[in-house]
Amino acid sequence: MNYTGLKALELAKLIREKQITSKEVTMGFIERIKQKNVKLNAFVNEEFEGAIKTAENCDNILAIGGKELSPLFGVPIALKANMCSEGTKVTCCSKILENYISPYDATVVEKIKKAGMPILGKCNMDEFAMGSSTENSVNGPSLNPWDNSRIPGGSSGGSSVAVAAGLSPLALGSDTGGSIRQPAACCGVVGLKPTYGRVSRYGLVAFASSLDQIGPFSGDIEDNAALLEIIAGYDKRDSTSINKEVPAYSKYLNKSLKGMKIAMPKEYFIKGGLAPDVLEALNSSVEIFKKLGAEFEQVSLPHTEYCLATYYIIATAEASSNLARYDGVHYGYRKKDSKSLIEMMTKSRAEGFGNEVKRRIMLGTYVLSAGYYDAYYLKAQKVRTLIKRDFDRVFEKFDCVLTPTTPASAFKLGEKILDPIQMYLSDIFTISANLAGVPAISLPCGLSDNKLPVGLQLIGKPFMEGELFTLAHAFEKAYGWKNTVNTEV
Amino acid sequence: MSKYETIIGLEVHVQLKTATKLFCGCSTKFGAEANTHTCPVCLGLPGALPVLNKKAVNLAILTGLALKFKINEFARFDRKNYFYPDLPKGYQISQKDKPFCEHGKLEITIDGVKKEIGITRAHLEEDAGKLLHSGSSGQIGDAEESLVDLNRTCVPLLEIVSEPDLRSPAEAFEYLGALKSILQYIGVSDCDMEKGSLRCDANISLRPFGQKEFNPKVEIKNVNSFKNVKDALEYETARQTQCLDSGEKTFQETRLFSAEKGTTTAMRAKEESNDYRYFPEPDLVVNHITKEMIEEIKKTLVELPAVRRSRFVTAYGLPEYDAGVLTASKAFADYFEVCAGLNKNYKAISNLIMGDLMGFLKAAGKDISDSPVKPENLVKLVKLIDTNIISSKIAKVVFEDMFKESADPEDVVKAKGLVQITDEGAVGKIIDKVLLENPAIVAEYKSGKDKVIGNLVGKVMKESAGKASPGLVNKILKEKLSN
Repeated sequence: MNYTGLKALELAKLIREKQITSKEVTMGFIERIKQKNVKLNAFVNEEFEGAIKTAENCDNILAIGGKELSPLFGVPIALKANMCSEGTKVTCCSKILENYISPYDATVVEKIKKAGMPILGKCNMDEFAMGSSTENSVNGPSLNPWDNSRIPGGSSGGSSVAVAAGLSPLALGSDTGGSIRQPAACCGVVGLKPTYGRVSRYGLVAFASSLDQIGPFSGDIEDNAALLEIIAGYDKRDSTSINKEVPAYSKYLNKSLKGMKIAMPKEYFIKGGLAPDVLEALNSSVEIFKKLGAEFEQVSLPHTEYCLATYYIIATAEASSNLARYDGVHYGYRKKDSKSLIEMMTKSRAEGFGNEVKRRIMLGTYVLSAGYYDAYYLKAQKVRTLIKRDFDRVFEKFDCVLTPTTPASAFKLGEKILDPIQMYLSDIFTISANLAGVPAISLPCGLSDNKLPVGLQLIGKPFMEGELFTLAHAFEKAYGWKNTVNTEV
Repeated sequence: MSKYETIIGLEVHVQLKTATKLFCGCSTKFGAEANTHTCPVCLGLPGALPVLNKKAVNLAILTGLALKFKINEFARFDRKNYFYPDLPKGYQISQKDKPFCEHGKLEITIDGVKKEIGITRAHLEEDAGKLLHSGSSGQIGDAEESLVDLNRTCVPLLEIVSEPDLRSPAEAFEYLGALKSILQYIGVSDCDMEKGSLRCDANISLRPFGQKEFNPKVEIKNVNSFKNVKDALEYETARQTQCLDSGEKTFQETRLFSAEKGTTTAMRAKEESNDYRYFPEPDLVVNHITKEMIEEIKKTLVELPAVRRSRFVTAYGLPEYDAGVLTASKAFADYFEVCAGLNKNYKAISNLIMGDLMGFLKAAGKDISDSPVKPENLVKLVKLIDTNIISSKIAKVVFEDMFKESADPEDVVKAKGLVQITDEGAVGKIIDKVLLENPAIVAEYKSGKDKVIGNLVGKVMKESAGKASPGLVNKILKEKLSN
């Protein structure tokens, strides 16, 4: 039986009903990873032994009639390589952490383990989550399963490839400026960036602390809602997580959209900012939403044009500090035979970090430097407040904001790697949600002219992930997206 | 008189008395095996996040109240970025623009005159680790091997920064004493310089009297006792005076103090110093300090040394000096008050504490809390003297046993037969014997040399093994000699 074409909740049901075992399912995905990963490079750390052990344990619990099992009990999952899981390598796809083994579990990993979900391994990413194509990985890029000459998006590209290509029914990613949504769009899967503070960041290797958020990748909305329910929640170990009850997201599914109000910000649809085939897919999607009873209106998010600049000041500033700990002293890569402390630190960092990471550390160091702080960092924080207010104002009248996820479908490997600005622009539509701290989801809404997935982004009110699921689920059912690569031999 | 005015400001780091560290649950206990009091958070491992210790915040606010600070309604942490092997995250979580406490003050008494010293701020921050170097100098520069102990990392420190209000090394010394006394009183810190729970950096510059602007300050590091601070500042005053006299300019620099040599040497000029790139710590939220919180903390505030000192004068009739000595340490003041509750001869109690007890404790290297002489026994001794059962001279002997063997003074007196001889006949007999044995002295006395009576008293006391009542000896001796 081919499990890899089944959705996570179906697998969970079959496992719970003992029609198949968790071990069979897990072995099935492991087989597929063994076949496909050599080429796709989605996984950078395979943790099959642990996964099988967890699966066997699940089967034992089921055999003795275990109760109160999680809705995804026994269903395997993949992590991103920046999530700490005890006794395993957590490399962030960087040379500087190539042999780093975490002695502890991230809170999300604890939750995944508690839910009885075998962890297949860790997925490829741009080094320290800095990039939009996975090309900045020390392990080399992952390939887009729809077209192997194209990027899968990034930074959580390995996670999106794993789900899209049927290597794992579910995956976790992290999103600082679009790193879940943009690869989800590129690979034709569902990716959610929850509200800032909804999911604990404890054990997520930090890129930009005030923007980072962990979120689920899945084949469809229902699976996504089920996984969010498992990983969300207050964590006393993360002071920025919010003590707010986690709703039963499944209750937000299969609801009518009648009377729901969707805003379309004109700044996201300006002429020339969007590939024609993406715009076409978006327009058809709007028609579907309208048929479902949703109401549309054009709005303005006036500070949109400042998002990218604001983001690259705040994110790099925080990153420059967050990545200071990789100095070759306590753990990670150390340049051997250095003659002095300074030489050891500078050479370890010079050799341990890749170019994009170094570029951002330099940018961040610069904007925090004496004499520049007010003009850059402080100003950026003020603009960030204005961007947040743009959303507040829109949400007074609307349930969500609809935008494209990316300006165009997946680009070619190597196409933008030498042009950082072009690379940064692929996140132009996703960055605002991180700056505003609001939830946003990307789901497939069509195919481009060259038969690549196109993503649609819904941005919601803080902690209203449920409403995003309502909207996305209704659309998904009406549109009938078909993943054609997850069972491909 | 110098033509220069000395300008001093002090930065004092005190380790707050919390059971656990500032941002994690590890123990703050001193002296554990290296790197055993650590976890992902204080090791700065990838993915770990800080969680603020509320007790530390309470202690910071309590200090703020005791030092008459304004408590900021919104306090925030910032990252201070710099690279050093004892700093595992590559930044220290500290406070820059929004510390918990601002604009405090402390009163000191210098040559009997009261003076108020401004305190700029008090902010919370985490401590760094400790480096150990093997190699010729023990410094990192030529170390063969360097080891890091991160037990101390993330231990809560309160940095208390004074205004440049101090005008002499003596004032700086007084300020430190008064500050330490208050901090110990309110129980926020042990203030033990040896264990590093109190550290002090001193800033000093000189300017001609009348000049308004400050000259560049020199920061002195590596001073590990209050006396060293004073010595270092005195050395710097002399050095800078010489500089200015010879027309040289002083410049902003950091200097290291050597306690052995009593001198300071240049460590680094400010030009080489770091740009710390402070920015708000995104892993922690802003702290809202409400009026209710402050009121709750206020309830735990004890009577402070200055207030207690004047109360000791008024309520117990003690001299200013005694009151000052006793109240400098809360533990001694508490000890005194327990005794005072048992016996009303306050001055006698004060004398015993300040003289015998403090001396013995110091010699034994003991703390008052471990005193073998309990207040009940100390007042028993006062009573034995007051009721003429023993002389104050004998009391010294008794006290030694009380201290060394934790003995009850009544038992000591009984066991050693130290009861004072107050019987006139018995004392008379001893005197007769002494007079008989010392005819020369008697003759001298009779020829008008009154002073030699002291000599005779001494011989009588010796003959009685110190037990004769000194008053009685004087009286009877005079009677017999005038016959």
